[in-house]
Amino acid sequence: MSSISPGGLLRRPEAGAALGLIAVLIFFAIFGGLTFLKPAGMSSWLNVAANLGVIAIPLGLLMIAGELDISVGAMVPFGAMTVAVVSGHYGLSIWAGIFVALSFGVVVGLVNGFLVIKTAVPSLIVTLGSLFAVQGIVLGLTVLITRSTSVALTTEGPAKAIFGDFVMGGQLQVMVLWWLALTALYVFFVHFSPFGNWIFAMGGDKASARNAGIPTNRLTMILFVLSSTSAAFVGMCQAILYNSAQVAGGQSFIFNSIIAVVVGGVLLTGGFGSVVGIFFGTITFAVVTQGIFFTDFDRNWSSLIIGVLLLGAVLMNNTFRKMALSYSPKKGAK
Amino acid sequence: MAPPSLAPPSLAPPILALRGVNKSFGPIDVLHDITLEVRPGEVLCLLGDNGAGKSTLIKIMSGVHQPSSGVIEMDGAPVTFPTPRTAQEAGISTVHQFGGTFPLMSIGRSFFVGVEPTRGWGPFRIYDRKTANAVAVKAVQDMGITRITDGDRLVGGLSGGERQSLAIARAVHFGARVLILDEPTAALGVKQATHVLRIVNEAKRRGLAVIFITHQVMHAMAVGDHFAVLIRGAVAADFKKGEKSREEITDLMAGGASMASLEAEIEGYMASHGGHPPPPAH
Repeated sequence: MSSISPGGLLRRPEAGAALGLIAVLIFFAIFGGLTFLKPAGMSSWLNVAANLGVIAIPLGLLMIAGELDISVGAMVPFGAMTVAVVSGHYGLSIWAGIFVALSFGVVVGLVNGFLVIKTAVPSLIVTLGSLFAVQGIVLGLTVLITRSTSVALTTEGPAKAIFGDFVMGGQLQVMVLWWLALTALYVFFVHFSPFGNWIFAMGGDKASARNAGIPTNRLTMILFVLSSTSAAFVGMCQAILYNSAQVAGGQSFIFNSIIAVVVGGVLLTGGFGSVVGIFFGTITFAVVTQGIFFTDFDRNWSSLIIGVLLLGAVLMNNTFRKMALSYSPKKGAK
Repeated sequence: MAPPSLAPPSLAPPILALRGVNKSFGPIDVLHDITLEVRPGEVLCLLGDNGAGKSTLIKIMSGVHQPSSGVIEMDGAPVTFPTPRTAQEAGISTVHQFGGTFPLMSIGRSFFVGVEPTRGWGPFRIYDRKTANAVAVKAVQDMGITRITDGDRLVGGLSGGERQSLAIARAVHFGARVLILDEPTAALGVKQATHVLRIVNEAKRRGLAVIFITHQVMHAMAVGDHFAVLIRGAVAADFKKGEKSREEITDLMAGGASMASLEAEIEGYMASHGGHPPPPAH
């Protein structure tokens, strides 16, 4: 099997992400020591990676399918505020709050998907619109209902343990477990089940995919629902974890998740990428933003590193993709 | 695969026939009274200059557009194709200029898009890469492209001719009876085009009806049994193999004797200017 050889590994979509991650780990090991690889140090970037990763993978799948969803930046505070208002301000059961928060995620995803399918306006523009619209809804409704921009929420019992607690000695967020479990689930559905093939086909050539009988419209809807619900889920878990929700915040998820996805080897124009690559890209991003604290550098420099990393990763991914395209088995091999 | 029909192509009943098809978009008439037939094991070449209505005609046969009037018949019975899907289910497969394939997918995966083979059961069914690759490679090799041996190769790494061949092999594998090839050789070099023409012959040998759209007369004459020349949306000529010479066909496509007169004009210019060709027209 060709994918075991070194050349085969380099031709995989996650090759650039894996090498980038190794480079970043070596960089911070040299300048910051190995503290960030010890349990206490690891939890700092694992927590960041988990919250980002739960959003980055569905966003990456959308990008593989040739679409984009930047409304996730508003869905994080929307999810957080919804659970806080329903279960904190109104005092309903936490499960009601969780249900409403995720339902809003589904609704916004359906609206995004519907608009993209029906209007054929680029999804960047459609979701830019819904980003601002949802931000407006969050701010307007929260102030209208609670007369405040910050709402407290206390959660106890199983809901706290499942969605917003610390595990393993009180430093690792339970989100890390969600992230690992969801990543495994995505890997199965995208790379092993037949459905994954449809996503790649759709991003490669939408008209041909439709002619081949793939329900491209339904798939687009599902992917938009997945990304906005995931973002609402992350917001909801953060509200449960920190016992409060703010109307602002969440915008950083837009660029951060796109960076994680692109560093992870997903082609911006669609048709190429992998879940494992996005997973590596997310860790790389988290290590850079958190690793800087373990070095003597001023943390302001971390953006510079991320910028250089992004450009480097894109160039490297282009090279590897060209290798994959021009690959053909040598005569006499195998 | 359907066995090649025993009767000579011209005697077998047509698989697909257009009878008096017209198409207009609003006030613009694109096709006038098109009547064409294609039989199993026959290659019908549709020739025409740019803008002659070739692509509209393809879109009508493949279900993208519906005729404004006139009838499409399959196996002698009138049919309608409201969507590309219905045309495909009826056995009409269209291969576009660039193969309609996915450059960054493997040969095996792109071959089986939408009909992925799986193993396992229930929600744990997984994509069967080995079977997909083996079937795809065999299908392409059976069509005569023996250089494709690894189903894991990305489609984008194949040459233009190989991609066309892959797309044609895919259509044949999934039971197409009518193959519509939209300018399959237009973007290819001489050698690559030969590959594609060989595949067209193979499809014909297997009893498929092939509609070959081109404006390259040489390619049409290499594989065609039956020719129709489209000029401004109407069938200007309809003839069998051997009935017309290459020059006659070229002139027909250009809308009359203009090619011959252009050649005479250039020769006349060169004769009077000491062998220099005329300056390019702007």
